[in-house]
Parts: sequence; structure tokens; C-alpha cells
Amino acid sequence: MPSYSFVLNGKPVTVDAPADMPLLWVLRDLLHVTGPKYGCGVGVCRACTSHLDGAEIQPCVVPVADCRGREVTTIEGLADGDTLHPVQQAWIDHDVAQCGFCQPGQIMAAVALLKRTSSPTDADIDRIENVCRCGTYCRIREAIKSVGPAS
Amino acid sequence: MARPLSRRKFMVYSLAASTLTVAAPLGCDASSAEGAEPSGAGTGGPSDVLVTGTDEEMLVLEVTAANRVVVRLPRVEVGQGITTAVAMMIAEELDARLADVDIPLAEARKEGNQYTGGSNSVSSLYDPARALAATARAKLVTAAARRWHLAPRLLRTRDTMVVAPDGRTATFGSLTAAAAAIHRPAVPAEPKPASRHRVIGRPTTRVDARDIVTGKAAYAGDLTVAGAKPTVVARPPTLGGKLVSVDSRAARAMPGVRAVVRAAGGVAVVADTFHHAFRARDVLRITWAPGPLAALSDDAVRARLRAAVPSLGTPLLGTRQVTGEFEFAFVSHAPMEVLTAVADVRADRAEIWFSSQTPTDARDTIASAVGLPGSKVRVHVMRGGGSFGRRLNYDAAVEAALVSKAAGRPVKLMWSRNDDIRHGRMRPASHHRIRASHAGGRVVAFTHVTASVSEVFEESGFAVRGGRSGAVRAASREGRTPEAGPLPSDSGLYNFGRVKGESGSVELAMPLGAWRSVDSGTMRTAEEIVVDEIAASLGEDAVAFRRKTLRNKAVRAVLDKVASAGHWGRALPHGRAQGVAVHEEYGSCVACLVEIDATDPDEPRVTHVVMAADVGTAVNPRGLEAQLMGTAVDGISTVLRAGLHIDRGAVREGSFADFHYARQRHAPLRFEAHIMPSTGAPGGAGELGVPAAAGAVANAYARATGTRPRRFPLTF
Repeated sequence: MPSYSFVLNGKPVTVDAPADMPLLWVLRDLLHVTGPKYGCGVGVCRACTSHLDGAEIQPCVVPVADCRGREVTTIEGLADGDTLHPVQQAWIDHDVAQCGFCQPGQIMAAVALLKRTSSPTDADIDRIENVCRCGTYCRIREAIKSVGPAS
Repeated sequence: MARPLSRRKFMVYSLAASTLTVAAPLGCDASSAEGAEPSGAGTGGPSDVLVTGTDEEMLVLEVTAANRVVVRLPRVEVGQGITTAVAMMIAEELDARLADVDIPLAEARKEGNQYTGGSNSVSSLYDPARALAATARAKLVTAAARRWHLAPRLLRTRDTMVVAPDGRTATFGSLTAAAAAIHRPAVPAEPKPASRHRVIGRPTTRVDARDIVTGKAAYAGDLTVAGAKPTVVARPPTLGGKLVSVDSRAARAMPGVRAVVRAAGGVAVVADTFHHAFRARDVLRITWAPGPLAALSDDAVRARLRAAVPSLGTPLLGTRQVTGEFEFAFVSHAPMEVLTAVADVRADRAEIWFSSQTPTDARDTIASAVGLPGSKVRVHVMRGGGSFGRRLNYDAAVEAALVSKAAGRPVKLMWSRNDDIRHGRMRPASHHRIRASHAGGRVVAFTHVTASVSEVFEESGFAVRGGRSGAVRAASREGRTPEAGPLPSDSGLYNFGRVKGESGSVELAMPLGAWRSVDSGTMRTAEEIVVDEIAASLGEDAVAFRRKTLRNKAVRAVLDKVASAGHWGRALPHGRAQGVAVHEEYGSCVACLVEIDATDPDEPRVTHVVMAADVGTAVNPRGLEAQLMGTAVDGISTVLRAGLHIDRGAVREGSFADFHYARQRHAPLRFEAHIMPSTGAPGGAGELGVPAAAGAVANAYARATGTRPRRFPLTF
């Protein structure tokens, strides 16, 4: 079985896995990093949303082979020690979560959006595809807007 | 709502322990606890019973030496915020810091009310949880008074400690051993009057918010149970399809595959990772026999439902009629966390971890499925990634137990999203005919006849997979508090004269289940559409007409609130409009006003939602607002886009790509919730908003497009 090395949340890791094994199962089943959630396996619910070299990806449809030598960031790698990322803090301040299952993905999608544009419009926020079955969308919108250009 | 607070005292018991541990029975009718004999009868007030036996049927509170207050909760947290609400009740009465209170979920008890549903968790826990904490506080104060040789009435409590007049403090943890020995507290153990509440009623952030945003919150699939390997099941292409033969040689030969076993619903593959399990599943060569519905598609289901609707009868002489005929499609629960269960079944015992609204029923069913006595089966209740009624059933847990037994090893079994939507449970499709008869400007008769699909089990084999939707539906009704409002259409929200209802059913071998707000989600939605059409027929405004015909002034008050806050009647450009609807249930009531942009009738967007709710005492207004927001999105989804088609015995949809639950671009740009002030007993809230939101969305769409919405979802 081939071996793949990449940087996960700032630390180098190496896994033995088939080349086509989705990053999601590499993270969850081999590395026991369970923040990214399975919700569909086909990239449409986006509960697993994480970052590859700082850009948003859905690990359920990204083969591990594509991650070789690159930087993978999951929800677990977002905070700086005990200091939460401003988006995580905004999620707490707005009490966004209900069941919480989609929220790691929602937060990673919001962080990626705020990297692309520091003052997202409603239309920008509308383009976030992540499903929240509890329907927390309005608080997600408020939380994203509250972060603003300062971060 | 104006229901008075219960004056009943809840018996609180002390459990023999080295730390302060008290327990209270649960359930509306509970008057004593299993294994507990009240001693000192006649002394009145909370008793000091030493319970040496079981803690069944009890809410149990322990103060640890490390100054943690731990309450094992016989309910499940699926996002509705019950752990936060209970932590607030406990913190309030103990004068503990909220951060010092832990609310782990209790594993399945041997007996007692461990059912989460019917929107009754807060109302059923409010009195016992506060009585429990008030008793614990009284004992802690008494223990401190003895330690300090001070009069107990001089002592105060705050921030998880007892405080003396001279400023000395003692944490609850430092007093717990002494408090455990106190039988008769020297200060009153009564819960505070509402006027002294500082935690209850204060908008509070979820207690698990930080765990969630850091990815630490653990669901069943995140557990590491020694040796439990990822497991998936190959399922038939049609509902209830039967396995004829399977050739698993190729699958077994694949790397990482640990076992391939027949399961009730198909063939299970146990592997080292879910990737390996899915890969091996996909190379199984299976011959399936078609399920019992293989000849059935939507058109036939709809025709059979239409034919099963009882007659409306003859209208009263001399009246004019407003009629409507409505259809609702099947809807998936589709919680974000697909059904997942970890099962470790051995020859002499079994242990299962999963998220369940009915863990005691699940334990009994699992025990009989694997051939063990119930006492040998432990069910650990995990937090759930959403439910909406789906976790009343325990399909995956029974399946996981059977696979674990067959494979002779622990398994972590997960349904794929495809499994969840194609073989999971659904809100039943239904058909409605409603007729309002009016004369002299008032409604004198209102009849609502309906038919919905009901589940039969004989040929489907679904029963063995856990939970009967019919029973669950009955249970969710039984779970209502006695004070809860009338069933929809039973007596009527409105002064509509003679109100009648009758229902028929079409029995099909389909996996059905109670979906948030159960029958009200369709029944009351259809009725609120007709109410708008009656108003139009009488030439009256939809809000004004409701105001003058509603029976209950609390409902009028929430309607007035949304009408004023939402600027009812404001001018909007062509293609945009407002809609309103109300609902009363679970001892609570709600109104919803929405604005919709249906400039493109095929791509409607609800832009603004205003809701107002009267739920009696709102323990956590911030959590209540979240529940209302969720029901608004449920209303938007089920009315506009989200439903399931049946094609030749199978569900056509298979993921969120085609089951169109709302995404951010479908959610309102603005949402506001108004919580009516009340000191009444808490009512139910989790399901309350669905019918009002759905009705308001349909009414706004009708007004914006000049159409009469009749079949839901509208874009399907």
C-alpha cells in the first residue's frame, strides 16, 4: 500500500492508504481526527468541509493522493491553542449551533469565505452550500457578518 | 399561556453515597420512586429517604468532591438544547455557576420515562429538576452551618459555594461528604419563586457550544470502542426488497475486509475503514427480489390516498362554501448525522452506543433480537446530530447488534446518506379535503377529512429493524402533558361553529415515522391556508379575520405581536407578499409572519420571518429562539422544495443533492423571534413552530403569485 505524507493541523503525518481513499476516511478512521463529519460522501452536504493549503475542500471527495506534501487543516487545527479563531468565537457569541453536527464544516466554509473576501455580502453568504438540517442559517449569517474585516 | 404553575411537590430522595446524591422521580404521574419507601411520612416537604437500591425512574443529581454538579439526564440531546435548559434549572436552584454543572445523558434505565418526544422534555423536567437542586442546596447550606457553627438562615449561596456573613466561603464540593449525611435540612428546600430567578429566563448560550465549534463534541460515529470496525450494509434497490442470493467472494478477498454477513435489511460488510467497507460493499454480487411496492409509484399512491379520504358530507343548508383539497408528499427526516450505532454483542451480554429518543424500548428490542435478557444489554445514549423524530426508531441499532452477533465482533455500523433517504423513515404522504361553511359573514361549520399512508409490517420486515411508527406516533401523543392544547382540528383554534374531522388511511409496507410536529405539520398547515381563503371570501383581512375568530386570547396576542413587529399589510412590490399563520399545541402557541419574493414563482425566496411564541415560562429564550428558527426553515423547506418521490417501489431521492432541504440561499435574510412574557408553567416548544411557519409560507406564496397552493412541496 502506498504511503502519503502531508501536514495535518501543523504537524507532519504519514499514512499507508490506497491512493483513491478519500481524505475524510483517512482523517476519521486512520488518524482519528473526527471533527470533519460524514454527511453524504459525495460532496453535496459539506459537513466534512476542511482546508487544503488554506482553500476549502470536501474531504469526502478528495483522494488522499491529492494531499501529498500539502497542508490539511480541519476544525481541530483552527484555534491557536486555547484561543479560538474569531469565527469560532463568533459562532459561540451568536449561539449558532443546535445539534452541532454540520458546524465544523460551516465554520471551515465561513473561514474560507472570509479569506476570499473580508466583508462578505448577503449574496456571498448565500453561496455557502453547507446544509444545516437544524436550520441555523440566520445565526450563521449574523456570525459571519460580525467577524468582519478586523480578522 | 396562562396556565398556573403546578403546586404539586416533587418527592426528592437521598441516595446512599459518600457524596451528596439526590434523586427525584420523573413523569407527570410519578408520585414515588422505584425502590424507595418514604420514611418519616407525615413530616411533609421533601423527604429524607435513604435509597439503597436502584436509581430507576429518577433524575439523579450528584455533587462531586471536585465541585462538579452532575445530573444524569434520562433524555437525549439532539440539538434541541435540553441539556442547556436542565443545566440552567439546576444552576438556578443550587446557585451554582452554569459552568460547574454537567449534564451527561443517562444510559437506558430498566424502567421509567426515558422518552424524548412530544415536545415535553422541559415541561416534564421543570418541577423535578428544580426540586432536586433546591433539596441539594438546603443540605449543602445545612452542612456549612454545622461546620461553621452558624445559624443556617444566615448563610447564602452563590457561584457553587456557601458564603457566611463574615465572608468565609466553602465550595459545594468541600461540603458534599458532610451534606450526604444530612437527613433533615435546616433551611427550606423549596424552589425559588419566579421573581427571584436569575438564570431561568435569561438568554443563555448552549453549554456545549465550545465543544461543538472546536470539533470535540462526540457523536456515535466518533467513538473509539475497542475493536469496533466500520460497517456498512448493501440494501435492496426497492423498499422492502428481499435478498435472494449473494456472492461475496470478491468482497471478502478485498484488502481490509474483516467480515461479510447477512443482515436483516441486506448484506453487511465489516472492514478496517469505511472506505474499505464501501468498496467491498460495491463488489458484492447480490440478487434481489423486488419489494412489495415494486409496482407502485407516486401517481398510484396519490390516487389511493384521494380515494381513502372520508366524505365531507353535505353542507348545511343556506351556507356558502370555501373548499380546499391538499396533498403533501413524503418527507425524509434526513438528520445531518446519519444513523450510526456501535454494537458489541457477546454470548452473555451486549453493549450498544447510539443516539436514541426511546432507549428503553430499544434495549428491549435489541435484547430479544440477539436472544439476551434485557438486563444483559446496556444502551449508552449518545448526543445526536439532529433527529426531528428520526431517533424515535432504532433501526440501525438493532441492525448493528445483529451484525455484531453474526460477525462475532464489535462493529461501528453506519447508514450511508443514500441508505438514510432511500430506506429511512419518512413523514407519511397525506391528502386533505377541507370545507368551511359560512353564512351571514361567519363560519358556521368547518370539516377537515384526510387520509395518510400508514405502515404495515407483515410483509415488509421493517419491524425487526426497530420501532413501529404507529406506536411511536401514539406515544408522542401520549407524551403530551394533560394541559396541552387540543389535537389539531379536535375542537378548533377558531370559533368556526360545528367542527368535524375524520381520517382514513392507505396501508403500505413503507418505513414511516413521526416527523417534527407529527400530523400538525400537514393538518394545521392546510387549515391555515383555508383560513386565509375564508377571509378572502368574506372580503376580510387575514389578520383581522383571525383576530376576531380565534378562541384563545394568548393566540391573538402572538398574532398581534407578529402583525405589528412584521408590519403586516405594508406595501410590497409586485411578486412579493406577506403571509401569516398561527398554531396552538403542547400548552403553547405561536404565530408566524413571513415575506416572500416570488417574482420568479419557480424560485421563491422567503426573505423575512417574524415569529412570536407563548410557551409559558421560557427557560432559555435563546434556545427557544433557535427552535423557532429551525421550525421556520422546516416550514420553508417542506412547503417549497423538500419532498420524496416514490418510483416503482423505491424512493427516487438519494442525498441532499435531490432532497432539497433549504440551504443558506433559501433561508430568510432576516429572522426575529418574540417570546411572550409569562410566569405560567413551561409548555412545549421544539415542534411548535412547524405548522405556523409552513402555513405562513404557503399563504405568502399564494398572495405573491395569485395562486392557490394545493400540492406540497410546491417545486417538486
